[in-house]
Amino acid sequence: MSAISMILVVIVAFFAGMEGILDEFQFHQPLVSCTLIGLVTGHLTLGIMLGGSLQMIALGWANIGAAVAPDIALAATASAIILVQGGQGTHGLGSAIAFAIPLAVAGLFLTMIVRTITVAIVHFMDAAAAQGNSRKIDFWQMVCICLQGLRIAIPAALLLIIPASSVRDLLNAMPSWLSDGMTIGGGMVVAVGYAMVINMMASREVWPFFAIGFVVAAISDLTLIAIGAVGLSLALMYLQLDKGGSGNSGNGGNGNTGDPLGDILDDY
Amino acid sequence: MQEKKVSLTKSDRLHVAWRSTFIQGSWNYERMQNGGWCYSMIPAINKLYKKKEDRIAAYQRHLEFFNTHPYVASPVIGVTLALEEERANGAPVDDVAIQGVKVGMMGPLAGVGDPVFWYTVRPIVGALGASLALSGNILGPILFFVIWNIIRWGFMWYTQEFGYRAGSKITEDLSGGLLQSVTRVASMMGMFVIAALIERWVTIKFTPVVSRIKQQAGAYIDWDKLPKGAKGIQSALQQQASGLSLSKIKVTTLQDNLDSLIPGLVPLLLTFLCMWLLKKKVSPIVIIIGIFVVGVVGHVVGLL
Repeated sequence: MSAISMILVVIVAFFAGMEGILDEFQFHQPLVSCTLIGLVTGHLTLGIMLGGSLQMIALGWANIGAAVAPDIALAATASAIILVQGGQGTHGLGSAIAFAIPLAVAGLFLTMIVRTITVAIVHFMDAAAAQGNSRKIDFWQMVCICLQGLRIAIPAALLLIIPASSVRDLLNAMPSWLSDGMTIGGGMVVAVGYAMVINMMASREVWPFFAIGFVVAAISDLTLIAIGAVGLSLALMYLQLDKGGSGNSGNGGNGNTGDPLGDILDDY
Repeated sequence: MQEKKVSLTKSDRLHVAWRSTFIQGSWNYERMQNGGWCYSMIPAINKLYKKKEDRIAAYQRHLEFFNTHPYVASPVIGVTLALEEERANGAPVDDVAIQGVKVGMMGPLAGVGDPVFWYTVRPIVGALGASLALSGNILGPILFFVIWNIIRWGFMWYTQEFGYRAGSKITEDLSGGLLQSVTRVASMMGMFVIAALIERWVTIKFTPVVSRIKQQAGAYIDWDKLPKGAKGIQSALQQQASGLSLSKIKVTTLQDNLDSLIPGLVPLLLTFLCMWLLKKKVSPIVIIIGIFVVGVVGHVVGLL
């Protein structure tokens, strides 16, 4: 890998780390970070495919309250680097995904460290506020964000330093029953993310929607967009009927209710 | 007082909205999003308050504990901007009122942001992008990134503006039925799509062979009797299209039997098992590792 590629990979990792906490642009989601690493190392298609596979696994991963989800930022960047360095092409996808899981756990530990360091930094912000110095508050905010970036950039740089040949040897030493089995496991592990989502949303009211969705999905002509449209329409119809039943003719239920914002604005 | 009334311009508000992108940057175990919140408010504070002691007081009151979903912080910011503006113009808005609005809104709003964004929009947009990306299609990541950020930025900017215009009146409205409806629609649609995703994307294939049946002549393509060359290929394809099987022996695996019962039954059961384990407080990481172990062992013994 050329020096420029390596620098670009570290930059991508830095952005992924920042986004791992900010959760705004979604640079940390595998679909984006793996694709970018693939792009800067000249293995674009490979990166996209890894990103797609990992994204499927991580669909339901989100930090809610006390429940801490595995850290996808480190998992995505590190496994993309391993995949590229290993040089096995699409054949290496299974083992790269398998590597991603322990990395996601290791990433959690790093996040905890940074969030604890940040406690101290917030006290520096307090001091800056007492002086009335807003530039200093800005500065410390940037320091915190950069720390989060380094959380992923440093492990990524370390992985790049390991010579590609030893990564390759490691992957080649992996027997095919193990990597094939890992690929099979990767196909099943997706269920965990879905289970997390369902546990969060399930109530007696929504289970019929689940049943219909499951049955409708067997019609393979329907794309995901079509399924989404059916789901949204059913939900809106249900809500409208429910409102009508309780006696008050629902306002705002008739316009563009698909847009929660339009809904709020309509009411005003 | 009228002659020196200060107000926030659209560019001030845009500046605040942009900074609120980084609201989680200094997330910490002590006061959570407080640093990012103060960072977001700084352009407004500096615009509204000219005296140093006023500014200091404002920085300090915005470094108090705050935590909600990062996107639904925007309407709270909007309302707080309106309150700070009134206060700077001499209205009797005290610290307690401002803190009260922030704390009063952050809880219920987080209850909307999490299911709507993390559990409905992201799984759906993510699955859309990922399903394209699995075959190496660059449109997958691009669609995901663009759609997500349009939704996110649109939501953040418009709700901040909405909060700013509505001011403190918004609190009554938010606790009303509207937010509840949004959350309900999101969870109904989310459950619908998740069920579809389970059927489509959780892959388990049982490989054990249930039966091998030697088929009668005429039920399969007889490769020896095909004409040579391109004609032969054409004829083979035609025969396949008319329903003839490709080989002499019809192999039925366990998976074929299960599929004829209910397609996607096993993935569904696996998902229920995961839900049950999660409810039993088994860590998702343990479950994930367990599934990989099952995958490898199952493959070695020839079950999967």
